[in-house]
Amino acid sequence: MFSQEQAVAWTRATAARVEERATELTRLDQAIGDGDHGINLQRGFRAALERLPGAGDGDLGGALKAVSMALIGKVGGASGPLYGSFYLAMAKQLGTATEVDDAELAKALRAGYDAVVARGKAQPGDKTMLDAMGPALDALDAAVDAGQPLGEALDAAAAAAEDGMRATIPLVARKGRASYLGERSAGHQDPGATSTHLVMQALADTVNGR
Amino acid sequence: MTVGLVIVSHSAKVAEGTAELAGQMAPGVRIEAAGGAADGAIGTDASRIAEAIEAADGGDGVLVLVDLGSAVLSTRLALEELLGDEVRGRTVIAEAPVVEGAVIGAIEASTGAPLAQVAEAAAGAATMPKARD
Repeated sequence: MFSQEQAVAWTRATAARVEERATELTRLDQAIGDGDHGINLQRGFRAALERLPGAGDGDLGGALKAVSMALIGKVGGASGPLYGSFYLAMAKQLGTATEVDDAELAKALRAGYDAVVARGKAQPGDKTMLDAMGPALDALDAAVDAGQPLGEALDAAAAAAEDGMRATIPLVARKGRASYLGERSAGHQDPGATSTHLVMQALADTVNGR
Repeated sequence: MTVGLVIVSHSAKVAEGTAELAGQMAPGVRIEAAGGAADGAIGTDASRIAEAIEAADGGDGVLVLVDLGSAVLSTRLALEELLGDEVRGRTVIAEAPVVEGAVIGAIEASTGAPLAQVAEAAAGAATMPKARD
């Protein structure tokens, strides 16, 4: 099961990790982008914490929509509308539920993924956040279908996100500012895939009580 | 009433300056600047873009001029998630360079031309000769 309280805790955990790793995300983005991914997400998740309802206050849709609206308005770069679309699609999928079962959480995350695809028009292998998110959700679906407990399933998802993130290193970017660099974008880990791993790891850690 | 324009840039200064420049040539046309992210940072803000589209819309439609990357994503998000069907149905994202497209689009709009014609005029700015003799 996944509850509104866990969604709130997930957002807080994500915001805390963004704070810890903002410099690293920015450094990755300086190599192949416009060098603001860390600071942008930091600004976005600080705003998300301000708008986030308290644990137990309202439904899953409300909590995730608050995160979405904060990111849409405050991030500034492409990750704002992309992550904003991710959380908004999750919010729509979960709606007024205050607690959902594992399969419904997986379905909502998949809706989030589909929204990022629709918004950014990227394909797997384009060296984007999708390269971490896609493998993570495939692993999650497989584990949930196999009847694994949610904590274990999310650990599998976070591990797949990490593998996907590392697999972006040799790729040539085909989307975003990094694509202007062409072949020179190879050899660098994608900042968006890195922050997506962070988001998935925060979810796994939250559900596992870490 | 005429078609309205919205200028979306990562930079608030670029958006404001472009709106000013285009407005000089097109009195009576509503031109709204929606530049920069919240807190004055470089970037784009879909909520702000949605407000600008509503402000520019007098009923005859809105042409949105965008610069790079997230300007397009944020504008699409504003249209698909933050604005109603009616406004979305009469808003077009210009396939045009932001400054030249804004000036030419604004001039076309000032003649009372419909949205499709304003969008086409702005798109023509992409191939407008500059340094060629």
